[in-house]
Amino acid sequence: MNYSEKLQNVTVLGAAGKMGSGILLLTAIEMADLSLLPENKGKLFVLNAMDTSSEALKGLMKYLKTQVLKAAEKKVIALRKVYEDRADLIDNSEIIDQYVEDVLFIVRPTTNLEAAYESTVIFEAIKEDPELKVKIFTQINQNNKKSPWFCTNTSSIPINVIDSKANLGGRVLGVHFYNPPAIQKLVEIIKTENADMELVEFANMLAKNLKKIVVPSHDFAGFIGNGHFMRDAQYGIAQAEKLMATASFPEAVYMINKVTQDYLIRPMGIFQLIDYVGIDVCQYIMSVMNPYLADENLHCDLLDKMLEIGVRGGQNSDGSQKDGFLKYEKGRVTGFYDLNKKAYVAVDEFQANCDSKLGNPPASVQPWKAVVGNKKKEEVFVAYFNDLKTFDSMGAEIARNYAKRSKEIGLKLVSDKVAFSENDVNTVLLTGFFHAYGPINNY
Amino acid sequence: MTKLRRKIYMVAGYNTISMGTGRKEFNPKKERPGLEEYIREAGQAVLKQIGGAKNVDEGVIGNFIASRFNRQANMAGFIPYIDEGLRYIPCTRVEGACGTGALALAAGIKSILAETAEVVLVLGVEVQNTVKAIYGADILAAAGWAKERKTGHAYFFPGKFSDRSKAYAERFDREKTRAAMAKWFTNAIENARLCPTAQEFHNTTKDLQACGLVTPNPKGFVDSLNVFDCSKVSDGASSIAIVSEEGLRRCGIDKKDAVEVMGFGMAEDDITKPPTDPTVLSTTKVAVKKAFESAGVTKDQIGTVECHDCFTIAGVMATEAIGFAEHGKGIDFVLEGNTSRTGMVPFNTTGGLIGWGHPTGATGVHQAVTIWEQLTGKAGDAQITMKPERPYGLTINMGGDDKTLVSIVYKKAE
Ligand SMILES: NC(=O)c1ccc[n+]([C@@H]2O[C@H](COP(=O)([O-])OP(=O)(O)OC[C@H]3O[C@@H](n4cnc5c(N)ncnc54)[C@H](O)[C@@H]3O)[C@@H](O)[C@H]2O)c1
Repeated sequence: MNYSEKLQNVTVLGAAGKMGSGILLLTAIEMADLSLLPENKGKLFVLNAMDTSSEALKGLMKYLKTQVLKAAEKKVIALRKVYEDRADLIDNSEIIDQYVEDVLFIVRPTTNLEAAYESTVIFEAIKEDPELKVKIFTQINQNNKKSPWFCTNTSSIPINVIDSKANLGGRVLGVHFYNPPAIQKLVEIIKTENADMELVEFANMLAKNLKKIVVPSHDFAGFIGNGHFMRDAQYGIAQAEKLMATASFPEAVYMINKVTQDYLIRPMGIFQLIDYVGIDVCQYIMSVMNPYLADENLHCDLLDKMLEIGVRGGQNSDGSQKDGFLKYEKGRVTGFYDLNKKAYVAVDEFQANCDSKLGNPPASVQPWKAVVGNKKKEEVFVAYFNDLKTFDSMGAEIARNYAKRSKEIGLKLVSDKVAFSENDVNTVLLTGFFHAYGPINNY
Repeated sequence: MTKLRRKIYMVAGYNTISMGTGRKEFNPKKERPGLEEYIREAGQAVLKQIGGAKNVDEGVIGNFIASRFNRQANMAGFIPYIDEGLRYIPCTRVEGACGTGALALAAGIKSILAETAEVVLVLGVEVQNTVKAIYGADILAAAGWAKERKTGHAYFFPGKFSDRSKAYAERFDREKTRAAMAKWFTNAIENARLCPTAQEFHNTTKDLQACGLVTPNPKGFVDSLNVFDCSKVSDGASSIAIVSEEGLRRCGIDKKDAVEVMGFGMAEDDITKPPTDPTVLSTTKVAVKKAFESAGVTKDQIGTVECHDCFTIAGVMATEAIGFAEHGKGIDFVLEGNTSRTGMVPFNTTGGLIGWGHPTGATGVHQAVTIWEQLTGKAGDAQITMKPERPYGLTINMGGDDKTLVSIVYKKAE
């Protein structure tokens, strides 16, 4: 396999989307860096940024320019070496501008799928629609004479299903980036049983060059990341529904969200995370995964109900959070949705009451922010979870069961042969979800 | 250089805050004061102490490179902007890269010596936070030879002094050199914490020495310097009046509030040539020697020094250039605590370029203001006690890589 040759003509499908734009940015920089190597002088590198939305492509090019500029400013020391022979480029500013130009020069925004007919590698990040993905892959595969490689970013569709339905003969791999791809370190690589080994080697090399942490995952719907998250979310929703026997809708959601953030020392509560990913996306991923799960029913009526009313969560194009289970104002949570009233209730109206119901966590608790970077966080968790074991409060009780369930989910991913090891499960949660500790632990 | 033919005094100094990262009020995203505000603040503060604009015969302003940081040249035009009363007086702008400030002082001294003025208002100013550091490096590289820029480091000047520091460490003692540079940084910050206008006044880092000892990372910065070895990007202005005996009388200033300029030395080296020996600041050495001869003093009479520590290694090497330590022994001299505020000769008592800040064109003037404050007892919390056997103060201001040098010897006026 010639890595650099393979990367001479690439297409990113859905390039203007959340995931596509990040994948495009990373690929564009990697390809530009290759094109600037002395041995590649004179060779043409082409990266098609393909998306059906012309409007979104315009935004993409703007995003790309600012991001590449930032990247160039960061690596100007190396860039001065790259452009050593260019007598006309003297100042950092000239070198940075040239680099931005060189990266952007490679990228061809297009709304035509035909652009992919010439590509050797195709990254796909269009919406999570199995039929659509298969249809597009089939079309490209039939018209592209180069036997191209397909890297799909699907969050939930088994890769072998895509492979066989689109008739790709093993030339497809799950290369599952996390959101946002330019920042998140984790990439899950999912190979099928008859995967082209050269493609696997290529994907691993690419991920390494992009300075990603690779976790291999078996080809099972949802893989590791969503395999854990979706079940964790389902459990959280069920716990909230239980609380609704004695509490109002927003109160129950508030309490489970609070316990999962503060008591479990996570970066955000489970309902905030559902909002972040998008209620519609969660519902959809569950529906794609569910048919492949033999012994469980991964489905939440509550998500359907929220969507029926039109409460979806997800993010605005500027990255700010849309309202979902929670209401957000300038990055702060100000309210919780009440499904019965079909309106948001201000958090101050019930917060104090709920907090006193839950009781305090053990005194040894620390906020996620304070521990996540702590080199001795292990000690913090041992002490805290030990205190939590015997702590008598409603919040502690919920937290204990939640942590237990999270561990069970993790262990099941290993025993179901979705993950290769317990360690891989923990790595995904630590790097992909920014947890401060892995779910499979002995605390 | 011979003894000065007239008595020359400096009076009524003033420093604005050195603004930049480290100051609590600094926010790179918000609008900040520009050249105009800094110049006016510093200039008016001096005028107030010398009886107003009517007493000023001439103005000199030092600025390195506002033409690129602020799209502004013809800087002399900002002197009348300070006060209506300064319209139509003769004004000059001088430039010598980071040595600009003291060139402005020298120009003022020469006017007094030439008897073409009795009171000269001297200012230095630079506003550099207008661009990101990586582009600022391009601008500041103009202090070196432009034809070297292409082969130079992205951070051009840190690159130059990284080379010096590497050569010094290799020739003498690697570990001790690093430790001495860290000690220099520690002294600088500790002193800056005593001076409310210092850029590092708000610095609360506990283990300064540990910061200074951080191993340099060539991938992110230069080979042999860490970020703590470097002066920061600063905005600020300083101003002082240079006056004759008659000027003192005219302004109604008591001698106890003045320092006398006992002598000064200037030296220039070829900008196209690399240093003969990177472990020596040879031009600095010449300038200091001339200043000592002009003032008729020896190093043993110097009680405090403001030296040009754009990088910690430059501070260490200055102790050798002055003659306090032999070649290669500056590191011991610093490590033994001689340059700290309680040491034999306190250096950079308000933090120097590393701790107080380095608004390039203002730095030379800031040094003079600091010496004036120390010798006349106006240094506030940063005040040191001058030893009777060492009554003289010394400033060294350097432009480029040991190219443009001005050194001045001061004493409390009697
Ligand atoms: N968002 C996440 O957190 C996340 C994380 C990992 C994986 N994923 C997966 O990545 C994929 C994309 O998700 P997203 O969140 O970026 O979605 P998105 O809606 O932000 O982006 C999808 C893009 O595809 C474009 N598109 C739609 N139909 C197309 C077609 N026929 N041809 C070309 N472009 C088309 C859309 O215009 C849009 O720009 C999905 O498979 C999703 O499951 C998402």
